[in-house]
Amino acid sequence: MNPENYLVLSTVLFSLGAVGVLVRRNAIVVFMCVELMLNACNLAFVTFARMHGTLDGQVIAFFVMVVAAAEVVVGLAIVMTIFRTRRSASVDEANLLKY
Amino acid sequence: MTSLATVAAQGADLVAPAAPDGVFSLVWLLIALPLAGAAILLVVGRRADRWGHLLGTLMPVASFIIALVMFAQLLGRPDEQRSVVQHLYDWMVVGTFRIPIAFQLDQLSMTFVLLITGVGSLIHIYSIGYMRGDPGRVRFFGELNLFVAAMLLLVLADNYLLLYFGWEGVGLASYLLIGFWFAKPVAAVAGNKAFVMNRVGDMGMSIAVMLLFVTFGAVGFGDVFAAVPQADETTLTWIGLALLFGACAKSAQFPLQAWLLDAMEGPTPVSALIHAATMVTAGVYLVARSNPIFDAAPAAATAVVVVGAITLLMGAIIGCAKDDIKKSLAGSTMSQIGYMVLAAGLGPVGYAFALFHLLTHGFFKATLFLGAGSVMHGMRDEVDMRRYGALRTVMMLTFVGFGAAYLAILGIPPFSGFFSKDKIIEAAFSQGIVIGLVTLVGAGITAFYMTRMIIMTFFGKARWDDDQHPHESPPVMTVPILVLALASTVGGIALAWNSSIESWLAPVVGFSEPHLAIPNWGLSLITLVVVLVGAFLGWAQYGRAPVPVTAPRGAWPTRAARADLYGDALNESLFMRPGQWLTRVLVFVENRLVDGLVNGTAATIGGISGRTRRWQTGFVRSYALSMLGGVVLVGATFLLVRL
Repeated sequence: MNPENYLVLSTVLFSLGAVGVLVRRNAIVVFMCVELMLNACNLAFVTFARMHGTLDGQVIAFFVMVVAAAEVVVGLAIVMTIFRTRRSASVDEANLLKY
Repeated sequence: MTSLATVAAQGADLVAPAAPDGVFSLVWLLIALPLAGAAILLVVGRRADRWGHLLGTLMPVASFIIALVMFAQLLGRPDEQRSVVQHLYDWMVVGTFRIPIAFQLDQLSMTFVLLITGVGSLIHIYSIGYMRGDPGRVRFFGELNLFVAAMLLLVLADNYLLLYFGWEGVGLASYLLIGFWFAKPVAAVAGNKAFVMNRVGDMGMSIAVMLLFVTFGAVGFGDVFAAVPQADETTLTWIGLALLFGACAKSAQFPLQAWLLDAMEGPTPVSALIHAATMVTAGVYLVARSNPIFDAAPAAATAVVVVGAITLLMGAIIGCAKDDIKKSLAGSTMSQIGYMVLAAGLGPVGYAFALFHLLTHGFFKATLFLGAGSVMHGMRDEVDMRRYGALRTVMMLTFVGFGAAYLAILGIPPFSGFFSKDKIIEAAFSQGIVIGLVTLVGAGITAFYMTRMIIMTFFGKARWDDDQHPHESPPVMTVPILVLALASTVGGIALAWNSSIESWLAPVVGFSEPHLAIPNWGLSLITLVVVLVGAFLGWAQYGRAPVPVTAPRGAWPTRAARADLYGDALNESLFMRPGQWLTRVLVFVENRLVDGLVNGTAATIGGISGRTRRWQTGFVRSYALSMLGGVVLVGATFLLVRL
């Protein structure tokens, strides 16, 4: 099986995630799109590891998972707090921090 | 006389100073006593109201007694052992350069110490009466003690830097005491004026000290004077001129004379001690002390003579027109110090006589000022002589003292001024006919204004208001006047006896006999005639007709003299107004150019940031877009570079 197909899949997933982050307003969905991008990266790492026959990519994939897990904890807490104070999870409405 | 002539030929000898043994180990105490008095009185303040004046008087008296003992000891020694240097400790040491705190007591400084502490003690005693009832009396005595200490430091210093320290100290004390009644704006302004003009002269002094250090690598009197013969004459001339400039400010000589007349705003004992007898003679001391420098730089010495001659005439002319008794005396002081400066500029023929006149002037001018103070005391501080008249009967003792000093300043034999002023005129004629004539004319004008003063004050009809009740001052004031009057009477003949003052001072300042084309008694006779003519003119002008109470407008010389010969106007138009223009230009440059540059930069940056901060919209998704754009850009760059 050609490893390049995995890379194409990874690119597609990453682009989906990026577009999702840019166009969706719901904070939870944006968040999920970020996760999608991270996992697209993981897929690319693992693929490259397989292609080169080394373990580096796989190790980094684990790191990314750990960071993503930590990020989810903090991120979801922020999203919840925003929702509690503003009665909405829209990222466009949480725009107080500006000029 | 022969020994005198031999000393004269070689000028001042440089003899190794003797060690400070016996009573001379107490030289430091001369200064420490009044300094301690000043410290105590100024710290304790009004809590010392009941005893402060006694302590303040005791200190200079004690110094005077110590000085007398030292003087007696010095008299008992041969000439070459009369210079004592007491080294206390090193003030600053930088490599091979060291400035010691060391005091040099020789014939010259001994003379000054006796004058300062002697006249100073009498004036302290007088001040007990004069300042009675003044709420600031303790402060007055504290500052007066500070002055005495600083002045003693000035004359006892054995190097130029320590002298400079004392020089600044007397300037400070003078400033404090001129502005003693600082609640009076005119007194406060006069203090500031004296201080500022003295700063101008101090600039000259400090330049002189720096030049000395650069040229000789030392500032001690002994080191400098030993190295003078090897030095370049141009350098010495510049040093001499810088010293002269400093001396001009301190001694109220042209062109820095304008402060002295305003300085009369201070209490009268201050005018007597600081602005007549001692501090203003510091310039003469400086020139006499630096005699090896001036002897080796004839151009600088000539400048000294010219300054003295100009001031001599200026002061005398100003003294003729002032109706304020103290200002008239101030003009007279300028004029008499002009005599001393002129004599000091003449070289070895003049130094001893300059100092001789300095001593007799210290006596008679202090008497005149204290007499004027006594008159003011009895007239509720009235200073306008047109409001005096006929005071000789009500103030008999003051009149006697004032009269003796009057005869002394005129130079009527056998009063003291005759001996000292006559010698200066002799020395001046021996050096040139023009300066001789200047001193002769000055003597005539002196006789005129002093006659005017004494007639307006003590003779004629009473012109004071009906509610004035003139009265004689208490003995605590009249006794010092009479003691000083006695000194003015016999001081001259005592010092001139057997040329004692010349032979006493010759080892320090050198001496050579003036040689005249005509016999000395002939010149004395001419001088006496000129003086009598001046006095007669004074009597003719003010003694024959009643003096008007309001001053007549007067001819232009009178008006010019009343305006201090436009000294203030000159300073204002030459220095003050251009200075103000300069500051205005500088303020403009500062505001528009410098501030404009700085503020402009700040405004530009502020404007740019004001626009760029609009990019921070607060929309998370637009941030995400820019991040994506950035990542794409970076990725594209990597790819392109790779290719």
